Amino acid sequence: MSFSDKVRTVYQEQIKSIRDAGIFKQERFIHSSQAADIEVEFPAGSSLKKVINMCANNYLGLSSHPDVVKAAHEGLDSRGYGMSSVRFICGTQDIHRELEKKVTEFLGTEDTILFPSCMDANAGVFEAVLTKDDVMISDRLVHASIIDGIRLCSAVHDTFKHSNMEHLEKKLQLHADKRLKLVITDGVFSMDGDTAKLDEMVALCEKYDAMILVDDSHASGFIGKTGRGTHEKCGVMGKIDIITTTFGKALGGASGGCVSGRKELVEMCRQKARPYLFSNTIAPVVVSGVLKVLSILSGSTERRDKLEANTAYWRKGLTEAGFVLKAGDTPIVPVMLFNAKLSQDVSRDLYDEGIYAIGFFFPVVANGQARIRTQVSAGHETHHLDKALEAFIKVGKKYDILGKTKQEIIEKYGL
Amino acid sequence: MDDKKDVVLKYVIEEYLEDEDDEITYDTPLISGGIVDSFSMVSLKRFLENKYSISIPDEKATPEAFDSVDKIVVLVNEFLK
Repeated sequence: MSFSDKVRTVYQEQIKSIRDAGIFKQERFIHSSQAADIEVEFPAGSSLKKVINMCANNYLGLSSHPDVVKAAHEGLDSRGYGMSSVRFICGTQDIHRELEKKVTEFLGTEDTILFPSCMDANAGVFEAVLTKDDVMISDRLVHASIIDGIRLCSAVHDTFKHSNMEHLEKKLQLHADKRLKLVITDGVFSMDGDTAKLDEMVALCEKYDAMILVDDSHASGFIGKTGRGTHEKCGVMGKIDIITTTFGKALGGASGGCVSGRKELVEMCRQKARPYLFSNTIAPVVVSGVLKVLSILSGSTERRDKLEANTAYWRKGLTEAGFVLKAGDTPIVPVMLFNAKLSQDVSRDLYDEGIYAIGFFFPVVANGQARIRTQVSAGHETHHLDKALEAFIKVGKKYDILGKTKQEIIEKYGL
Repeated sequence: MDDKKDVVLKYVIEEYLEDEDDEITYDTPLISGGIVDSFSMVSLKRFLENKYSISIPDEKATPEAFDSVDKIVVLVNEFLK
């Protein structure tokens, strides 16, 4: 037996240290479909509780939309369950290429390649398009999957301060001698909900002959006037060289991701990206669902418009109640509590009140920046948001944080 | 010598500190202290090479050699000779 007591002890101690540090992650089992109203078993073994979901990436409320579910059923019936092959052997159906074309059209790019997830897209894209003669310059708050992809690539890597254009320009000057330069950013940053300054970044990239990659996972489908993403909002459609995004959030929420952009870069991914080459692609049932999602979104902006209105309503309610929020206009609305324990206490009390919203603290966010990250959905009706607001106010009063400034909350609870 | 230390210190403050109120000195641990991550060392290396017209081989650009302003200046002086 290789898994000896000695080996077991090594892991038990590591798990204990995760618990002791207060960062042990626990799943909550949902017994219903993903939606605004869900039924949750938490802690494991307890009876089911009906709660309002304020922490899903289900921005457009399409995760359980009847038309999407129906399309997925039809896809399952007509194209089967699995492919049992990677794309370039015998794992590509007509609908895979159809989806790539539809995504290209939706995002306004030249071509698209599907990946099993956006995590895989980010893991594969950098080493497929860059070599050791090149440089990657990334915002310091990019998503963990980008960091992983960067680690797998032999190009030099440098960073610039979050959304600091002056600093980015200095870095472009510093690395002017490199063969190729790639600037990397999230479109919408997942923890703070702020938006990258893509217009300024594109201008800098044009000035210094650099390419730009945007991970638009928290934007595709709803940011911008017709929901195309951050590049639409910033007026730079057609000027982003690589967009990576996910189908696991607003675009149906199942799974899958893609790299979309300049056709030569997409072709390099098709030839070289390892998660594409060595893993099955998205299952036919999910492809069929995403095709329906894109058809819904291409036909009407109703859902992203409702999301925008819901977001404004939610932000206004929380602000008037006296909470400290991170500024922004995306559906990611962080309620700042600064103290890690306070964020856990507030989250637990909200759950007791029937509101499911999670507290985030170091190391997921910077030390002293603990918060409840709320996420608004087009699936929320006004009564959901009103009930959630009522609960936030009740809990806020309990901890005496309403109307208090950042400094006052820190003085009361510490960092 | 102190001039060089001040140049490097100023660069580290401007480049890596998010909060300008944070204070660091010549011997503050930069990498082991979590101020500079291993990714960001590259800009420090390139800055030194451009500023002092030197070339620091990768095998010499270790986290230990970059761990404080004092140590960085020792490294730079080695290649200025």
